[in-house]
Amino acid sequence: MDYLLETRNITKRFGGLTAVDRVSIGLRAGEALAVLGDNGAGKSTLIKIISGVHKPDEGEIFIGGKPARIDSPMDALAAGIETIYQDLALAENLDVGANIFLGRERMKRSLGILKVLDDQAMREEAQKVLDRLDIHIPSLKKTIRTLSGGQRQAVAISRSIYWDAKVLIMDEPTAALGVAEQKKVLNLVRTLKDQGIGIIIISHQMYDVFEVADRLAVMRRGVLVGERIVKETNPDEVVGLIVGSETVGKER
Amino acid sequence: MNGESAARDGKGFLGTRAGQALATNWAAFFLVLMLITFSLTGRNFLSIVNFQNVVHLQTVPLLLAIAETFVIITGGIDLSVGFVMGLASVGAAKLMQLFLASGLTPGLSIALSMLIVLAGSLVPGLVNGIVITKFKVPPFIATMGMFGIANGLALRISQGYPMIGLPDVLPKIGNSYLLYVRPGDFVSFFAKPENFPDNRVRELLRLIPLSLPFILIVIAALAFTLRRGRFGRHTYALGGSMDASIRSGIAVDAHLVKVYVLSSALAGLAGLFNIFQTGIGNYTTFNAQYEFFAVAAVVVGGASLAGGKGRIWSSVVGVLVLAFLENGLAISGVKPFYRYIAVGVLLVVAVVIDKLFPDMR
Repeated sequence: MDYLLETRNITKRFGGLTAVDRVSIGLRAGEALAVLGDNGAGKSTLIKIISGVHKPDEGEIFIGGKPARIDSPMDALAAGIETIYQDLALAENLDVGANIFLGRERMKRSLGILKVLDDQAMREEAQKVLDRLDIHIPSLKKTIRTLSGGQRQAVAISRSIYWDAKVLIMDEPTAALGVAEQKKVLNLVRTLKDQGIGIIIISHQMYDVFEVADRLAVMRRGVLVGERIVKETNPDEVVGLIVGSETVGKER
Repeated sequence: MNGESAARDGKGFLGTRAGQALATNWAAFFLVLMLITFSLTGRNFLSIVNFQNVVHLQTVPLLLAIAETFVIITGGIDLSVGFVMGLASVGAAKLMQLFLASGLTPGLSIALSMLIVLAGSLVPGLVNGIVITKFKVPPFIATMGMFGIANGLALRISQGYPMIGLPDVLPKIGNSYLLYVRPGDFVSFFAKPENFPDNRVRELLRLIPLSLPFILIVIAALAFTLRRGRFGRHTYALGGSMDASIRSGIAVDAHLVKVYVLSSALAGLAGLFNIFQTGIGNYTTFNAQYEFFAVAAVVVGGASLAGGKGRIWSSVVGVLVLAFLENGLAISGVKPFYRYIAVGVLLVVAVVIDKLFPDMR
């Protein structure tokens, strides 16, 4: 199994509640895995464990086949796991380049001694990564506040890609977008897959899942109740898995 | 063409490029308009003497407004700057008195007191910053606590009286000019010519108060830091999105502490300047309200109390708008209560304009 990212028997308890119960999933490079489930099924907790926000009580995470210690969000970032949260975590008052380089600014020398921000270089680098992902933003000098929801999403994704994300976790990427923008983000996911990035999508939108995901994993009450290849299943079966009206997945 | 289409969007003139420029720099336009108006209505308003006086007297408010600008951009507020300034002023005066009494020369007494007070003025900011970041006390309350503490300490040190008996050289330095010119006759630098009688000093044209280059250097250095430095970028980022800053790996708590330390250091500098200007240690009384004037100036300059927005030079314009409004109305013979009303109205108008145009940085 040549998984880029793998969890084995991940368990997380909050008091008496087992939010995630012995979940094992794997993600290959260039693959999109959708994680589905009703509210409270444990998807978010699982994602937060992978992105270093929560520490699991049991189980292990493997990156590139090797056991990885992910104790903090910084560990996850260092391991190439980037998470795009619904709120995107962009500074709306700064421009695209400033956001992509936030906390890791490019500096240059001015007058030989003073270190100053090299906004020009940061914008050029931002333009390169936007081009690579086929994203069009009219002016990189404008602040994030002036961009549309889809453009903001694209900037957040570009930031991850620029900093060498190998695994991209997207939490409800299309939830706040209009129809045209949803299409653009889904196209972006395809572009990312083509470039060998592994993507985990959390979504309620069945359409998104069938549009871009290769495999899907369904959780219910903390347990992984089924995994399907998208091409070999249909929305009805998936909904059945989510709400538990069918018998639990064949492989379990 | 661009302007026309924008106008059709229903924003009218304000949708055009010129309209945007006017809206985002309205304080500067207002300042120019005001200067022209008062030049027509007030005798002696338009004069080098009056302008130099206004700028000289605004040195302290400018320092405090610069301090407040950094804090407000992070989304915070520092209500302690006025009393920290007062504490620095009486603290330095006390130290000078002690050093002089112990036999040190005036020069050494002044230099030592300045060093100690500058170092000491980092402490209120450090305490503010730690209380805000570690104990999650809202900046409004944390700095209001410091407002009380600094006030109490200043009162304890000064016993409520102006502190006198300081070296005479202080106000001479603080109120001197770069150039003293007797038209068509002679020029001297830094002080009036040795043998020129005191009672005829008004015949001299005094140019460029030393406070002007001093404040210009402070303004330029900090404006540069804010706009071009990493420190400034992170300051804006904190105000724009605390979440984004944290996830970008910025040490947000440490950065906030630094901002409050910078703020109280500038307040300390203002306190020292105050001694040079007046020659005495001044306990700030309640009705001085320096911190509120500083906040008002920063807001008039276009910063947002919600954070993420503001500029040093805009705050400078804000200070000048409030100062010339006061000065111009007074010279034009307007009664004081109208002046208070004018300042109040201006402040609210500033915030309304800020709400209408959130995209200026």
